[in-house]
Amino acid sequence: MNLIYMDHHATTPLDPEVLDAMMPYLTTEFGNPSSNTHEMGHFARIAVEKSRTQLALLIGASSPDEIVFTSGATEADNLALKGIVRAFKERSQPNIVTIAIEHKAILDTAKSLQKEGVEIRFAKIDSSGLVDLDDFKRKIDAKTILISIQTANSEIGVVQPVNQIGKIAREHNVLLHTDAVQALGRIDVNVLRDNIDLLSISGHKMYGPKGVGGLYVRKGVRLVPMIDGGGHERGMRSGTLNVPGIVGLGKAAEIAKRDLLAESSRLTLLRDMLALGIAERIDQAKLNGHPTRRLPNNLNFAFAYVEGEALLLACKGFALSTGSACTSTSLQSSYVLKAIGVPDHLAHSSIRFGLGKSNNEDQIELLLHKLETSVKRLREMSPLYDMAKEGINIDNYQWPHSH
Amino acid sequence: MDVWENYTEKVMDHYENPRNVGIVDNANGVGIVGNPACGDVMKLTIRVENNIIVDAKFKTFGCGAAIATSSMVTEMVKGKNIDTALEISNKGVMEALGGLPKVKRHCSVLAEDALKAAIENYKKSLLPGRPEKSAHELDNHKGNVDETVHTAE
Repeated sequence: MNLIYMDHHATTPLDPEVLDAMMPYLTTEFGNPSSNTHEMGHFARIAVEKSRTQLALLIGASSPDEIVFTSGATEADNLALKGIVRAFKERSQPNIVTIAIEHKAILDTAKSLQKEGVEIRFAKIDSSGLVDLDDFKRKIDAKTILISIQTANSEIGVVQPVNQIGKIAREHNVLLHTDAVQALGRIDVNVLRDNIDLLSISGHKMYGPKGVGGLYVRKGVRLVPMIDGGGHERGMRSGTLNVPGIVGLGKAAEIAKRDLLAESSRLTLLRDMLALGIAERIDQAKLNGHPTRRLPNNLNFAFAYVEGEALLLACKGFALSTGSACTSTSLQSSYVLKAIGVPDHLAHSSIRFGLGKSNNEDQIELLLHKLETSVKRLREMSPLYDMAKEGINIDNYQWPHSH
Repeated sequence: MDVWENYTEKVMDHYENPRNVGIVDNANGVGIVGNPACGDVMKLTIRVENNIIVDAKFKTFGCGAAIATSSMVTEMVKGKNIDTALEISNKGVMEALGGLPKVKRHCSVLAEDALKAAIENYKKSLLPGRPEKSAHELDNHKGNVDETVHTAE
């Protein structure tokens, strides 16, 4: 089946250049970088250190030694939050300041730390998903040990003012962590410029392999490891290194840096073509998230009166995702859309478009055509659309027989 | 969950080519169930003559499974006596569709509820002293369908 993939926030395909770089380490170059008695280990060590440099260059770190390899961004997020909390264990009643639209790897880690007595404070966000900087400042006090704020959101693509938050963190002498998984390769990320102390990286979100990621840990920042073992990665993450994965991650980082400007401008054009097309051809399609401060590859639209999963079924041939409960096992609609105040029925009607390298103008045109005809067809059978045409406000309507 | 793997051909057929979409012109029973906040709303209108459901149409806001079960229930009730129609369960609708994925089973409850609500609404319209409602009156979203009936009693 020729599926047109537009779900690049979930994962990205492996770049062929990345696979080529990895191949020797999946076959002949199988050495363990910890082996220092023969050249097999030496070659593996050189490959791993090259990858560390490629990552440091991508994020503007001052030294490759500041990169700790992990199994992915979820582990990196866990290590950042739990590692810092444990390093500050002498502090009584510590708190972490974050926002409600973080990835679950942050929110669930925070929830788990709450049980250990860490207070989690959520700074306000506005209806576009942008953090309220004044409220953010108010949430920080002498007991704040860490700020964790994503660089960009995976659902609505909103890009946070990390630079300003970095300044606030410095002023208050608080460490700053950012999950930059969605931002890397799409917008410029720089840890030195933005005063970032910890930054989470994922391989498979930037055309690298799955099962590998990293955490940038600024020199001088102390954290307690979660995994003990052979003292790998300067003692911060034990376990034999995933050499092929790490080599792939490094190559992906190199390509992300090399292609950043060209690819992000190309994606911006495609994204705007899609957004304009939707606005022109489909009435009552509402953009979720910020109109301008968003990732070049992200759009999230609510197609009022049409349920998201039904619309995805109609857009067969395209890989997309929805904020509707109907595709989640929990039967809950998107917590991100809820947090920015999108009404429930519109959350159920929301579709996320995550563009990437393989997408082009012809595909956008095809998608626009499918969306236009499918929304029209589904609205014709929607009782909500009839009600809206009669001027009834769905949000205030008293529903009989609710279940 | 993977809807693509789990929807039967019959479900996809009823989703892609739904039967009986719309509102019955001279309906004398209507059921509106669900809630947009929960992601599904179904409106079922029926025309009953001599205790037989002679026509049934639906309008549904919901996922593929909700649309398919709505379509199937309209097919199943047509030509049935209202008492026999009341015996149609969500399980029966699901079976007629060749089954639904586990997480979608609640969608079939919507169809059963809408059917019961429409028949109940029809029966109430027959209470002594009540003239049979016109389709136009029944197609009134502004008030709770049941409440309008109760206040008239």
